[in-house]
Amino acid sequence: MAKISLTVNGKKVSAEVEGRTLLVQVLREKLGMTGTHVGCDTSQCGACVVHVDGKSVKSCTMLAAQADGTSVTTIEGLANGNELHPMQAAFKEHHGLQCGFCTPGMVMSAIELAKRNSNPSEHDVREWLEGNICRCTGYHNIVKAVQAGAQAMAAAK
Amino acid sequence: MYDFAYHKPATVADAVKLLAADGDAKALAGGQTLIPTLKQRLAKPSAVVDLSAIKDLAGIAVAGGKVTIGAMTRHGDVAASADVKKALPALAALADGIGDPQVRNRGTIGGSIANNDPAADYPAACLALGATIKTNSREIPADAFFLGMFETALKPGEIILSVSFPIPEKAAYAKFGQPASRYALVGVMVAKTASGARVAVTGAAAAVFRWSEAEAALSKSWNAASLDGVKVSPDGLNSDIHAAADYRAHLVGVMAKRAVTAAG
Ligand SMILES: Cc1cc2nc3c(=O)[nH]c(=O)nc-3n(C[C@H](O)[C@H](O)[C@H](O)COP(=O)(O)OP(=O)(O)OC[C@H]3O[C@@H](n4cnc5c(N)ncnc54)[C@H](O)[C@@H]3O)c2cc1C
Ligand code: FES
Ligand code: FES
Repeated sequence: MAKISLTVNGKKVSAEVEGRTLLVQVLREKLGMTGTHVGCDTSQCGACVVHVDGKSVKSCTMLAAQADGTSVTTIEGLANGNELHPMQAAFKEHHGLQCGFCTPGMVMSAIELAKRNSNPSEHDVREWLEGNICRCTGYHNIVKAVQAGAQAMAAAK
Repeated sequence: MYDFAYHKPATVADAVKLLAADGDAKALAGGQTLIPTLKQRLAKPSAVVDLSAIKDLAGIAVAGGKVTIGAMTRHGDVAASADVKKALPALAALADGIGDPQVRNRGTIGGSIANNDPAADYPAACLALGATIKTNSREIPADAFFLGMFETALKPGEIILSVSFPIPEKAAYAKFGQPASRYALVGVMVAKTASGARVAVTGAAAAVFRWSEAEAALSKSWNAASLDGVKVSPDGLNSDIHAAADYRAHLVGVMAKRAVTAAG
C-alpha cells in the first residue's frame, strides 16, 4: 500500500492504494463519489470519463498511483451549488439522456470538446464521442445537447 | 487484476535498472493497452515501471529532414502539433485517427510500437516512412523492428526513447476502421521518398508488412492507377468475425489507392 495525494473537485484528498488500484476505484470506493460510472471491462464505453489536469481520460484505465499529484474533476465538481454547469443544463434541456448511465462520461467528454471547439458541427460531436457508448438514446439528442452546451459555455465566458 | 508493485523512476537509467533487476517487471506508458490487459488478467507482472516522470521522454522536434517524437508523447499531442502537421501531415492525421479522444489523451507512440498490435496504426507509419527507433542501448531501423504478432526486436527490459521519421516527399495513411474498436481492419500507409515508394500494411496480417509489388508499381509511376491489377494474396491474411482474408486482401488494394490519391 502506498499513499497518494490528489485534488478532486478542488479539494485536497489522500488515499491508501495498492499498485493495481484504479483511479475510478479511489473515486467511487474510497471517496464515495459514485457519479463516475463503470460500464465495461474493456476501456471502450466511456462511462468513467473524468478530467485529469484538464484532459478527459478513462478513469478505469488509469492507475490511482498515476494520478498522484494531479487535479481531477468529476461530474460532481461541475455544478455551482444548485446551478447546473451549462453542459449539464443542455443535456437536461435537449433530453440528452434516458437511463442516465452514460451521462456523466458523456458530459465530461463533451466539456473537453467544447473547450477546444466552441461551435462544433454535428460531425465534430459524433467523431469526438467515439469513446462514449450510449445504449438508450440513439445519440441524436446527445449530439444536439453537446452542440448547445458548447455554445452556452462559450457565451458564459 | 493481480497486484503488483508500482515504481515511478525519474531517469531512464533508473527505469532500466528496475526492469533489469526484475524480469517480471513491465514498463508502463499511457496504459491504454497494458491496463486493459492487466484487468483481463492476461498478464501478471510483479511490478510496473511508470515512465511518465522521466523528463525528455516526451516531445517533438523537427530538424535535419526528420520528425523525432519522444516515446512518451501522447497520440493527441502528435495530432495537434503544428510542427508535425506542417512537416509530416500524414503522421498527425494518423495519430488523430487512433481510438478515441480519451485513448489519444493517454496513449503514447512508444507504447504503441512496443506493443506491435497487428491492427495498430503507428507501426504502418514507422515501416512506410523508414523510421528509426532509438532505445536506451541502440538504434533499430523499422524494417528490423516489427518481427511478428505482438513481437518486436526489443530485448527484455529495453526501453524505447524516441522514434525518428525521415520526412518523405509525399505520404498518406488510409484506414478502414473496425466499426466497434476503431483499430485498423486494414490500414495502408504510402510514402514517396527520394529512393522510391514505400507501402506498409497493418491490420491485414499477423503483423505490419511492406507490400513490395505495390512499391515497385508506385516507384515506376506514383499514381493510384499504377495499382490497377496489383493484388495481394489472401493466403496467410487474418480471417475473423470482422472480415475474411479475401475481403481484407481486397481492402488492402482499395486503401492503398485511397492513400496514394490522398497523398497527391
Ligand atoms: C478503446 C481503445 C481503442 C484503441 N484504438 C486504437 C487504434 O485505433 N489504433 C491503434 O493503433 N491503437 C489503438 N489503441 C491502443 C492505443 O493506441 C495504446 O495507447 C497503445 O497501443 C499503447 O500505448 P500506451 O502508451 O497506452 O502503452 P501501455 O499500455 O502503457 O504499454 C503497452 C506495452 O508497451 C510497453 N511499453 C510502453 N512504453 C514503452 C517504451 N517506451 N519502451 C519499451 N516498452 C514500452 C509496455 O511495457 C507494454 O507492454 C486503442 C486502445 C483502446 C483502449
Ligand atoms: S468503464 Fe468503460 S471505458 Fe471505463
Ligand atoms: S442514457 Fe442510457 S446509456 Fe445513455
